[in-house]
Amino acid sequence: MVIAITGLNANDNPGPGVAVARALKQALGHDLRIVALCYEALEPGIYMPDLIDVAYLIPYPGAGIADLKERIQYIHQRENINIVIPNFDSELYNFIKITPWLQDLGINALLPSHKQLAERDKENLADFGKKYGFVIPSDHKIHTLADLDKAIEELCFPLVIKGKFYEAEICYTRDTALKAFHHFNARWGLPVIAQQFIKGTEINIAGLGDGKGNAISIIPMRKLYITDKGKAWAGVTIEGAELLELARRFVAATKWPGGFELEVMRDADGKLFILEINPRFPAWVYLTAGAGQNQPAALVKMIMGEEITPFGDYAVGKMFVRYSWDELVDLADFQQFSAFGQLSLDKVIV
Amino acid sequence: MIFGLDHKMNIKKNIAMSENGFIFNPATGDSFSANRMASFILAALRSGKSEAEIKTDIIENYEVNPEQVNRDWDDYVIQLRAANLLEA
Repeated sequence: MVIAITGLNANDNPGPGVAVARALKQALGHDLRIVALCYEALEPGIYMPDLIDVAYLIPYPGAGIADLKERIQYIHQRENINIVIPNFDSELYNFIKITPWLQDLGINALLPSHKQLAERDKENLADFGKKYGFVIPSDHKIHTLADLDKAIEELCFPLVIKGKFYEAEICYTRDTALKAFHHFNARWGLPVIAQQFIKGTEINIAGLGDGKGNAISIIPMRKLYITDKGKAWAGVTIEGAELLELARRFVAATKWPGGFELEVMRDADGKLFILEINPRFPAWVYLTAGAGQNQPAALVKMIMGEEITPFGDYAVGKMFVRYSWDELVDLADFQQFSAFGQLSLDKVIV
Repeated sequence: MIFGLDHKMNIKKNIAMSENGFIFNPATGDSFSANRMASFILAALRSGKSEAEIKTDIIENYEVNPEQVNRDWDDYVIQLRAANLLEA
């Protein structure tokens, strides 16, 4: 089986690709060939021969659908891809758009519709909460400085300034809010989101929906060590019927197909606020395999048409601790990928 | 009675405790390291012993007076509540 994945940027703000590859290799063994689709020559996953078999450069989402199709067609002619698993929020629009075309080529995927993708977007999260009955912190869409001042007046400090696709910063003064607004505008575009700050315990839930309203897997995780970018550097699976119920309600309400992550804040009264809904697996998704519910592998089985029974129990108290690792790379391999946009990992000599 | 009212305190049933004093709350993901005395008290509470019984055990086995035990006990209970380890 040949599976193409994206999100190989295993840096301090990691994409889920390396974790997805690891989970798939563990479940599907050596019959599996992983094709890494990368945006930059320094994405670490390109140079991980134990997980990745071959890597290709693909155009940034902003290049448009025609360029993406042309590149995937080229890759497919060489690799005969069976399944593609996109792992970035920002590329999903294009991949959803070309799903019928991919199917004609024989490449399968399980992705949300554009409507499902848009509904849970940060811009629309408050409306999403009202529509489906979820508790969402108040927010404001910020296009101008006047919008920012209005948000500050209504939300008060501290508040959370968030980029359209990624990143967030807790701000305690107008100066820091202004700086964050400009930073996220430059990096991810408008609107920037200002969200009410909720004090409490942050819990993340990795889930997998079958597209019919059933949750195949739900794994809640408490962050134990958080980087300055707010990313989990260590975490532990936790129990909680109310967390499982929240995720089940999300899947039932949206009929979500594929992987997702709920970012949840539990306040002192035990109330659960949904801070974000990510439309793909989280970077810590390998923990789901460790906890007994290998979500990427289950996704592949679903895509291949297997009847999947929802998982039951999972291991509570299973931890992950992320670490940095200096992968040694031959300059010739870096040159090969930089110049030609592809690299067979069989040739990588460490 | 040396200790006045004998309050009944229950450690949450889902709390995991190891013999070496490591405590894990699976509902929150919090973990704690308890020293020998803290572990002894937690194990005693879990076994169903009352506050008075535990305090008596401590006085019989350690060189400490009842007033000191009462003060330390109150501090300890505050910590247990803050750590979300006691039933409401």
